[in-house]
Amino acid sequence: MISDPDVVGLLYLVTIVCFVVALKFLSSPRHARKGNWVGGAGMLVAIATTLALDGIGNWALILVGLVAGTVVGVVGARTVRMTAMPQMVAVFNGVGGGAAALVALAEWHTLADPVRDESTSIVLSALIGSISFAGSVVAFAKLQELVSGRPIVFPGQNVVDSLILLGAAGLGIAAIAGLEEQWVLYLLIALSLLFGVMFVLPIGGADMPVVISLLNAFTGLAASATGFVLDSTVLIVSGMLVGAAGTLLTLLMAKAMNRSVANVLFGAFGQVHAGPGAARADDGRTVRATTPEDVAVQLSFARKVIVAPGYGMAVAQAQHDVRQLADLLEERGVEVKYAIHPVAGRMPGHMNVLLAEANVPYTQLFEMDEINPEFPQTDVVLVIGANDVTNPAARSDPSSPIYGMPILDVDKAASVVVMKRSLNPGFAGIDNELYLDPKTTMLFGDAKDSVLKLISAVKAL
Amino acid sequence: MSDASLVLELTVLVLAAFLGFEVISKVPTMLHTPLMSGANFIHGIVIVGAIIVLGGAEDTFTRVVGFAAMVLATANVVGGWFVTDRMLGMFKRRPEPKKEKDGA
Repeated sequence: MISDPDVVGLLYLVTIVCFVVALKFLSSPRHARKGNWVGGAGMLVAIATTLALDGIGNWALILVGLVAGTVVGVVGARTVRMTAMPQMVAVFNGVGGGAAALVALAEWHTLADPVRDESTSIVLSALIGSISFAGSVVAFAKLQELVSGRPIVFPGQNVVDSLILLGAAGLGIAAIAGLEEQWVLYLLIALSLLFGVMFVLPIGGADMPVVISLLNAFTGLAASATGFVLDSTVLIVSGMLVGAAGTLLTLLMAKAMNRSVANVLFGAFGQVHAGPGAARADDGRTVRATTPEDVAVQLSFARKVIVAPGYGMAVAQAQHDVRQLADLLEERGVEVKYAIHPVAGRMPGHMNVLLAEANVPYTQLFEMDEINPEFPQTDVVLVIGANDVTNPAARSDPSSPIYGMPILDVDKAASVVVMKRSLNPGFAGIDNELYLDPKTTMLFGDAKDSVLKLISAVKAL
Repeated sequence: MSDASLVLELTVLVLAAFLGFEVISKVPTMLHTPLMSGANFIHGIVIVGAIIVLGGAEDTFTRVVGFAAMVLATANVVGGWFVTDRMLGMFKRRPEPKKEKDGA
């Protein structure tokens, strides 16, 4: 058993260093995996050190907990499909927040007479951890399509939500001020859970990258607050590192949509614009449908093709077939690149992971700013299940809800083929001008089916 | 917790925030999903809190709550790590020998 606090502190310092190194290694895909191993080693040091602390008992329970959690974690992580990654990230985020809230609850119960900064930390940890837990569960349910991915709204929602949050905050302040009853924290946790649910429900699927990043930050901050309760620097620092990561990603995602974080969270974007789709061709322009055979010819005789994937590719799980199509085209001497919009999909970097799973070398994937200047020299752009991130209204129509959002300039290419299930508007619920552009043709159908048809059509040429 | 150690802990917190921003702003967009998942794994450090609470629990309520925290935190650590490892294992430079163009 370790009783010297200096030794304990130094061992935890090893953990902190490992975590920072793990994050540093993430700056390049070549070292990133090694970094994760370093982080894992750091975590083992922290766990072993804590288990060896003086006064740790209840070994049977600890052991059972470790085994149960490990089984859940391994099975979950190993069996989930790559297309279900956003849900999985949400789940593991939620359990962390839940754990932080439970630790706070146990401390509240145990501490006979908490001093003010202890109760402050307990309140923060319980509040943020519970919001993160409940919010992540709702995010999971939305991504898994257990509940509608569309925004769920009702009149006065922001008022109700504010009241719930104010109630939780009021209880928190009461607890800090010295109201040390057990029920205070129970009620605070209940209200925070409710707020977590209410806060994610009105957020539409396309805004999920922002929400998931934000919940990630919340869990980090909750862990950090727990560190203040337990006087544990390793918790404070590690939690804050995650808090910083999540905050940074949240800001980046909001910036990529040209919206403020508050607008994403409280704007309940997208439910108003679902006007009648028939009104679209009023100005005489119409949408032109095409066939896989035509597209196959277009692609095979192009010099340069850019693929712009979106959530539709993830839903149809078409990434492997897309790669196969790209390989076929490359064999014919066509240059193929991928254009990745920062908020394509349901979490930051979603498309990169899917295409990596399909063995697309990451050197072929290009970020928006890198690829946008190349569209004018591109013969064909293949838009696969992406919508709002290609909508030229973001550049030209100040009345559009997505006006000002940086987009992939696919309309600057010589021709555009859009693969889409139907003419329904995307998650943002707005019509896409791109589809009426004379350069654009539409290939309707499930992305996977369409790509498979394209593959056989290209082979038949 | 004395006031001196509270101030010290706050100092550490603020420095960690700067360090976090500094390190994480270097992560390329391409790796943002593994970053999130890796960050998920790191906040699994709350397992330290779970062990301390459960390990020191003396009544049934604390045991139950601590045990639940233990299970959740362990799932966080283990799941977060494996998901990250699985994702990072997929990022490859050139999976098969192919034409050497547009290689960055």
